[in-house]
Amino acid sequence: MRIKVSHQTEYTYAEPVSGALQQVRLWPVDSPMQRVTDWAVTVDGGRVEAGYSDHHGNQVRLVCADEGVQALTISVEGEVETADTSGILGPVYGRAPLWYFQQPTALTTAGDGVTALADSVRNVTGDLDRYHALSGAILDKVAYVLNQTDMATTAEGAVSQGSGVCQDHANIFVAAARHLGAPARYVSGYLFMDDRIEQDASHAWAEVHLDGLGWVGFDVSNQISPDERYVRLAIGRDAKDAAPISGLRMGQGDENLVVSLQVQQ
Amino acid sequence: MLGKTAGGLYWMFRGLERAENTARLIEAGFRIALTRSSDPTSDWQSVIVTSAQQGAYLAQYDTYTSQNVCDFLLREPSNPSSVLSVVKAARDNARLVRTALTTEVWCAVNETWMVLTELLKKPIAEEDVPQTLEAIRQQSALVRGALHGTMLRNDIYNFCRLGTFIERADSTARIIDVKYHALLPSPSFVGSRLDNVQWEMVLRSVSGHRSFRHAVEGEYNAANIVQFLMLDARFPRSLAFCAAAIVENLDLLAQDYGGESRSLAAAQAMLGRCAGRDVSSIFEEGLHEYTTQILRDLTMLGAMIEQQYRFIQ
Amino acid sequence: MDKPKTFFNEMIGNGTPRAPYAKYGSWFSAQNGDRLAQKSQEAEGFFRRAGITFNVYGQADAEERLIPFDLVPRILSNSEWTKLAKGVEQRVRAINAFLHDIYNRQEILRAGVVPTRLIAQNDAFLPQMMDFVPPGGVYTHIVGTDIVRTGADEFFVLEDNARTPSGVSYMLENRETMLQMFPELFSQIKVQRVSDYPKNLRASLEASAPPNCEGRPFVVVLTPGIHNSAYYEHSFLADQMGVELVEGHDLRIVDGKIAVRTTRGYRTVDVIYRRVDDDFLDPLTFNPTSMLGVPGIMDVYRAGNITIANAPGTGVADDKAIYSYMPQIVEFYTGEKAILKNVETHRCSEPEALKYVLDNLADLVVKEVHGSGGYGMLVGPAASRQEIEDFRAKLKARPANYIAQPTLSLSTVPIFTDAGLAPRHVDLRPFALMSPGSVDIAPGGLTRVALTEGSLVVNSSQGGGTKDTWVLED
Repeated sequence: MRIKVSHQTEYTYAEPVSGALQQVRLWPVDSPMQRVTDWAVTVDGGRVEAGYSDHHGNQVRLVCADEGVQALTISVEGEVETADTSGILGPVYGRAPLWYFQQPTALTTAGDGVTALADSVRNVTGDLDRYHALSGAILDKVAYVLNQTDMATTAEGAVSQGSGVCQDHANIFVAAARHLGAPARYVSGYLFMDDRIEQDASHAWAEVHLDGLGWVGFDVSNQISPDERYVRLAIGRDAKDAAPISGLRMGQGDENLVVSLQVQQ
Repeated sequence: MLGKTAGGLYWMFRGLERAENTARLIEAGFRIALTRSSDPTSDWQSVIVTSAQQGAYLAQYDTYTSQNVCDFLLREPSNPSSVLSVVKAARDNARLVRTALTTEVWCAVNETWMVLTELLKKPIAEEDVPQTLEAIRQQSALVRGALHGTMLRNDIYNFCRLGTFIERADSTARIIDVKYHALLPSPSFVGSRLDNVQWEMVLRSVSGHRSFRHAVEGEYNAANIVQFLMLDARFPRSLAFCAAAIVENLDLLAQDYGGESRSLAAAQAMLGRCAGRDVSSIFEEGLHEYTTQILRDLTMLGAMIEQQYRFIQ
Repeated sequence: MDKPKTFFNEMIGNGTPRAPYAKYGSWFSAQNGDRLAQKSQEAEGFFRRAGITFNVYGQADAEERLIPFDLVPRILSNSEWTKLAKGVEQRVRAINAFLHDIYNRQEILRAGVVPTRLIAQNDAFLPQMMDFVPPGGVYTHIVGTDIVRTGADEFFVLEDNARTPSGVSYMLENRETMLQMFPELFSQIKVQRVSDYPKNLRASLEASAPPNCEGRPFVVVLTPGIHNSAYYEHSFLADQMGVELVEGHDLRIVDGKIAVRTTRGYRTVDVIYRRVDDDFLDPLTFNPTSMLGVPGIMDVYRAGNITIANAPGTGVADDKAIYSYMPQIVEFYTGEKAILKNVETHRCSEPEALKYVLDNLADLVVKEVHGSGGYGMLVGPAASRQEIEDFRAKLKARPANYIAQPTLSLSTVPIFTDAGLAPRHVDLRPFALMSPGSVDIAPGGLTRVALTEGSLVVNSSQGGGTKDTWVLED
């Protein structure tokens, strides 16, 4: 499937900024699931100061807002050719070893809630079935509800409040999968939706490493494994690692964020 | 040189100058209260007023006594302008800019801090005040000597000098402003004995009472004193002298760095207001208005230097 | 009753000075004690005036303290030193290779030589350093290796300091002080110079500059500020190297590089010798509340446009659990047996070792795996029964947090006291500089001395002092 993405993130500042930095991970990479045919990221109101591949293999750019601006816009226009691999990325490895994806992070430390979810599927036989069951158990426990959680919400926190969005679902999945002993990671990306073009936010799901199969994706929010409608953008151990944009701002004044996203064929 | 270093040097020397000025002010008060006064309370009050810290003082004390005033101005840690506080701050600044100082200057500042911290540990008994003030003056002289004797005459030196002269000009202008009532030529005070005390306080607090006699032919009167304190370019604490020194150092920096210098232009304008003027034109303008303007100019000039040479981000 | 222990006295053997101390011994015996006492006082006055102090955390009233200086030098013969230096170099190279491996292919974990758990659960392991090689391949530009001696030929490494080892300013100041106090000694006895250290440090840092650096690399020292315990050393080293001493807020990103705010505008920086801990280095990547670092510096680093010395994440090589594997690490990367011995180390994470340690607490030194500065440790033979029991509880609660070692019979060197010479225990921290392709070790290093009779704790934060350390020319 040929997926076209148009994604604009605009920060506006109540006061002229004296220093705002954004780490941007908005570059998809080629894989068995996708081929990037056309991709451009432009920055308005700031400059790209550094570019590199991070420890998860993501392409990262450091964007600095220009002195005194009151708006910073990061725009993506691109096309990706995707394939349906039944959610299987396969034995594709970067430098980060598998044991690394077994370690908890601050956002994905398993507490009682996550542990209970993991234990509830521990005895399901068959790796794939077990993680599909995990995915189901998570959605049962944590309903998809907008605006109840934020970037700082931990996996355990989302479980105990019983609601969250795709980001929370993915955090919970990786936390529970690690508790079950499997390497697991968070994926940020785009999802083509059959019924609409305009979307509110980018998407997120999880990948778990299974013997014999390699990395396999699970989208808890949609209860499927990623197919040709998914574009992988960045990976990491949790939502923070794989955030498409994460930043830091010096100085006072409110910051406002407006996202406009179109994903179409 | 780092912008922060330039700022550290500037503030370090402002601090050291302030410590010296405070010591001088107390000395003036002390002398007058001991030898001349029938009303020591008002003399000590006048010292606090001159130091421009009446508000903070009254928040802590009800009465003006030599003990309270000396404590407050010399060793009160919560008073950021006490000698103890400014010497500590100057020494912190010296540590900050350690790599820009010669060993001699650094050791002199460090020793000053050690000596004065020890000396000001406990309240100063009245009979020990003169010795304490003497130590403060001596330590200042030690630092100044090390500066003159060992530092390269480059931008580092210029920033040190700017701190010294801006603080000194500020202090002299403030002293004149606080006493401007006494210095106004009014019919009632001509020849009055009482006001001699006020003048003497002013002159002593800038160590100018001897110089005045040497430099000025005329009598103790308002016009002569104002002329001396503001316009006499021979007297190293006069506004004219300080302004000229500020211009000189900014000029050297401008030559070194090249390009336009906003702060040099501002300093030259200020020099124009305190050099080559006739004292009567100042009285015409209004002494209070004049000193207020000078104080405002100094604050603005300081901010301008800070920005032009990137003391802070 | 404890059996009386005998300690190796480095100065006196069989009642006469050992060979390296022969000339010094005869000089000393010709000295007048009062004169030496006076010199000793002068030295203290000099240190105080010069502000050679360190700050002690948690002690408001004694914010700045002197590290006591003892005027009797610690003397090593050239041949003793040559062997030590070789051992240190070997170890430093192995540590650097280990770091390169751990942050890239992790062959040593795949080979099962070091357990993966020790890296996976190590807070000092920085994932952000994975799949990246610092400029010139150098991780540990400066290493301080703590060495103790128990006999004429018995040297042990006690600890590797691969993060931001401190103390080198005392090595330099102590020599300077000795030269001023006793110039005649140095004309009679040929001692290898240490005064080249700042020049060598600068050269070494410059040699590690990013490859795209143009012209002479611009080096700065990054300090947390004047309230840091080692601020004196930071300013001293910047001064001696002739480079700027900066704080985080003096730096920012300009045109993709790190730049420093000068009175003439921003200037590109190529190498940062940082004395700020990893966690505080970059609020964008690490601790977001840090005011001490430079936002975005890790991004610039990974883009290859700045050298950070030491590299972030070097702490993974110097904790005490990794230490216990150091002989294997040295062999794995150099193919040689370790020249310097390790102290026998019991890893309390291992059940058998834990049992042994719990059974023998009174004879052992127990240390926190990630601790430093002599804090949080138990010195069994010197501890009270209660202290041992308290520690036993801590140890049982978190065994993996501790290692234990036998108490070593540390060598002694005399110090000068009112009653004459008196033996005190010492250690030695040589400083190694690493640049692409070479390792340079200042002859000697910092000798720390436990000033209390019988004490084995030499840390300055625990009342230790220092001595000038001599390596003889011949």
